[in-house]
Amino acid sequence: MTLDPHDRTYSHDHDHPHDHNHSHDPIEVTQGAGESEIMVHAITELLIAKGVISGEDIRKTLEFMDSRTPALGAKVVARAWTDPQFKQRLLADGTAAVAEMGITMGEAKLIVVENSKEVHNVIVCTLCSCYPRTVLGLPPDWYKSRNYRSRVVAEPRAVLKEFGTEIPDSVVLRTHDSNADMRYLVLPERPAGTESWSQEQLAAIVTRDCMVGVALPKAGMQ
Amino acid sequence: MTEVINAKFAPGDKVRIASANPPGHRRVPVYARGREGIIERICGAFPNPEELAYGFDGLPKRPLYRVRIRQIDIWPGYRGSDKDVLELEIYEHWLEKA
Repeated sequence: MTLDPHDRTYSHDHDHPHDHNHSHDPIEVTQGAGESEIMVHAITELLIAKGVISGEDIRKTLEFMDSRTPALGAKVVARAWTDPQFKQRLLADGTAAVAEMGITMGEAKLIVVENSKEVHNVIVCTLCSCYPRTVLGLPPDWYKSRNYRSRVVAEPRAVLKEFGTEIPDSVVLRTHDSNADMRYLVLPERPAGTESWSQEQLAAIVTRDCMVGVALPKAGMQ
Repeated sequence: MTEVINAKFAPGDKVRIASANPPGHRRVPVYARGREGIIERICGAFPNPEELAYGFDGLPKRPLYRVRIRQIDIWPGYRGSDKDVLELEIYEHWLEKA
């Protein structure tokens, strides 16, 4: 893994024939590596050179992270909606329950919080951007934004409204700051009109935002 | 959870989060410092992040709790229900009986 600025430029003069017959702008990288990118490369090289981790470790981790998407969380929710005993286990010990479905959590533990007619839950990490990556994949940019992180703890109802989600004052709003070792997944309420649906149909309406608590699943989305 | 945790507090206990402002890596958000709440649950015992951040092993593990605080006790003029709550994770050494 080298960081040679010359490797980053792919432009060349166009006074020679191409082996394809259309013209286009030269493909070039106009911006050099940013400061963070240079730092990431430098630290990566050092860690590999010192034998702390290998290139294979990094590749495996990237491959693992890319395999995690909100579809996993949606499967967990759909099963909880259709299997009351699983739901009970999921709420009692999220980590153990998702492991039954082959989803490993790693060092952090999973807490599943349930929405109901009385309670709505929303997740944030005010200190950084902790997110249940193992069940939802990478967090969206807004989740990591200073705006969301600083405001959803202080005025959660106003923030949810901006997402199009209005929670009546008769419903208790619980904001969960995942500031340490737990990761959180919201178990939304199963929408009315989905009684005859299969787990696959149900999973299709459980979006990422529903599992962070900024949206509610809707039967009409199917 | 199979490990035995020697926890000082139990779910339902009233606690106060320290209002201290020590330097270093702390995972207690400033908005929560000095606030009172109740123990929502014991999460388990985890290596102390304040030590881990500087390359130490963080041992012995410290009990970690979820503390439930009323929003109206955190933010003056909070808009919403008086019953709205904020829940977050606090290590035992930041907690005292309220």
